[in-house]
Amino acid sequence: MLDGLRVVELVGSDIWGAAAVAHCGRTLADLGADVVKAEPPEGDPVRRVPPHAGDRADPDRGLMWIALNANKRSVVIGPRDTAQRDALVERADVVLQPALAVDPARAPSRCVLVTITPYGTTGPLAGTPASDLEVTAASGSLWLAGEPGGAPVRTTLPQSPFWAGMHAAAGALLALFARRTSGRGRHVDVSGQQSMVTVHPPAAVFADVAREEHMRLGPNLLGRSIVGARFRNIWPCADGHVSFAIQGGPIGRHTGRMLATWMGERGFDAPRFRGIDWDTFDNRTLSQADVDALEAEVDGFLRTLTKREFFAGCIARNMLGYPVADAADIYADEQLKARAFWQDVSIDGTTLSFPGGFALFDGERPKVTRRPPLLGEHQREVLGAVTA
Amino acid sequence: MTSPLEGVRVVEFGWAAAGPLVGTYLASHGADVIHVESGTILDPFRSTYPPFKDNQPGPDRAAMFSFYNAGKRGVTLDLKHPRAVELALRLVQTADVVIESFPAGTLARRGLGFDVLRAAKPDLVILSSCNQGQTGPHAQHPGYGSQLTALAGFTHLLGDPERTPVILYGPYIDYIAVGYGVIAILAALDRRARTGQGCHIDLSQYETGLQFVAPALLEHDANGTIPTRDANRDRIAVPHGVYPTSEPDSWIALSVWDDAEWPRFREALGDPDWARDPSLATAAGRRAREAWLDEHIAEWSRRQPRASAVSRLRTHGLRAAPVESIGELFRDPQLLHRAAWRRASHPVIGDVRLMAAPYLLSDAHQGPDRPGPILGQHTEEVFRGIVGLAPSEYEALAAEGVFK
Repeated sequence: MLDGLRVVELVGSDIWGAAAVAHCGRTLADLGADVVKAEPPEGDPVRRVPPHAGDRADPDRGLMWIALNANKRSVVIGPRDTAQRDALVERADVVLQPALAVDPARAPSRCVLVTITPYGTTGPLAGTPASDLEVTAASGSLWLAGEPGGAPVRTTLPQSPFWAGMHAAAGALLALFARRTSGRGRHVDVSGQQSMVTVHPPAAVFADVAREEHMRLGPNLLGRSIVGARFRNIWPCADGHVSFAIQGGPIGRHTGRMLATWMGERGFDAPRFRGIDWDTFDNRTLSQADVDALEAEVDGFLRTLTKREFFAGCIARNMLGYPVADAADIYADEQLKARAFWQDVSIDGTTLSFPGGFALFDGERPKVTRRPPLLGEHQREVLGAVTA
Repeated sequence: MTSPLEGVRVVEFGWAAAGPLVGTYLASHGADVIHVESGTILDPFRSTYPPFKDNQPGPDRAAMFSFYNAGKRGVTLDLKHPRAVELALRLVQTADVVIESFPAGTLARRGLGFDVLRAAKPDLVILSSCNQGQTGPHAQHPGYGSQLTALAGFTHLLGDPERTPVILYGPYIDYIAVGYGVIAILAALDRRARTGQGCHIDLSQYETGLQFVAPALLEHDANGTIPTRDANRDRIAVPHGVYPTSEPDSWIALSVWDDAEWPRFREALGDPDWARDPSLATAAGRRAREAWLDEHIAEWSRRQPRASAVSRLRTHGLRAAPVESIGELFRDPQLLHRAAWRRASHPVIGDVRLMAAPYLLSDAHQGPDRPGPILGQHTEEVFRGIVGLAPSEYEALAAEGVFK
């Protein structure tokens, strides 16, 4: 899609910034751009993030590094090699950086310069350091996850570098589109904090229009009721957890009717739930006591099912509901296999099954054609071409 | 100032979050986005999902619809009416991009399959965004983003390792699909500008989500382990957590990333006796007593107002932030500086906030500038002004019920 587009990643020393830049670069690389990482002599800091494949702390085997840097080339640019850096920047269509290493006012006029920082390059928090945890805290996302009354909690796998990197790729492509007519590049100033604000729009709508502050509620969710009732969304099952909710609307009512039928087939005693008239059921107006009574019955039933049984049943009955999948469940998923999602990539003698490109373009999935680069692996071919 | 996508027209068939919010990002950057909907089978964001103005349901009182369709024009068209397909195609012929987010096969059943759309406009860029993609055994399965977030592995990674996972708020994965949908359309427009080629994009919301858990997937594949939730612990930083302050339900997040930061952390806390223990000078030493360490940090933080705790840590060059509530985001000086929220007036709901994209482009106007349309607000304007129906034709079709 982006054949011929030249992208340079300027890698700094901060893990958050390096990861966000790397995810942006990976997204553009998957779409066909030629992405060159300009790494410091000690390498991209993401190389050192554990765990590593085979638990060997080798800078080429870090699993976050591997995930974020396939399809790219690498050169090493030392702190004093400014001429080499400038030559790389000069020939690039897009430059990605985690701090204002290249000044937007001095960037080449056709260059799309993308700066990804925790808070943005201007404003009261410009230059303030942050990792995933602080970025997530400052965005409201952390506030919304956790047990009621307990400490807010973050996703154990850092998410904000992915969000910032993804939005940065969109911003870069917008600037490239504008360049087609104007001939000029732009500065694209991406904020990690603001990227994480895009993660929970319903909470913002409730706070703005209903003056209602959504709170962390453990496995329950708000926002389906006009009387403030919460609905359970994560439930224990026989061998883990599943995601299910009592819902309204045509598909939600179908789901409820199907679950009641399923209970009946299994002879499961659930007088309240099985007594619901699904043609007129309206989840928006149920009191919390009604919800709790219905959910007690659903809870008992779901505990009799395995994740796999629940998943198969939801598919067969066209119901809303999925298992809370772990990595093993995801690799076993039939849908992903049928869509040829996984791609084998050999790294240092180990073959890994990579998640494939994020979409199909005219039926083609972008491929992983290069394993992540060794540090400085493409020094000669890239810098030779630049300085020639 | 101009916007990058000025002159680009987008026609959108879809509902709820994952399709329509793509259109809003494009509209925010200058595209003319026309949202096509049924006036009888309503978008669940018009009919089912609160909040509504004054808590009274009604299609034009639904704040979620307005938010997710900001910046667009809206038309009603009954796609089950025999004359509707022709009108939809005439509209599509004026467009560069079509976005659709119905379950796989829905548009084809209405006579608007991808082959038909591309026959009408050969260089069209079409984004199909659905739960699990257009092909495969689960293609037809209906789903909502909140549950798909669990299927894609996020939920398993959130919460206390010994307890039921907690939810990742909202249809989390939908917004990942939105981001990639925007990227896919822009990449296809870039290729079209160079080659004249259109493109059909088959975007599975599930597969976009898996991009964000790729390191955990590869960890399983490489090492055979099952990555799981570990509350607020991190694999490098220690301490790394969320701690209470002296105010009610008020928290700070902080993290210490290497041994050079530890003495600064001690100093920020006033160099308490417990922190002088030499075994804490290394990450391994701190990790060995992490729960104990967390208790001592919480003892300190409970005596500090949130703002002063954060500012003290930041003054020492450390990473710290307040855990902001959602209401606080509307007053956050950094977000206000970046105009993250846009104010607009909705004809029924009143003053509302809209969300801007998290990237600022120099020398470009960025929206969104107006709330989502009320039901059928631009039907006549679009079908007369763009499709070119004469007034009498429009009236006759309206009388037949095509625009319901």
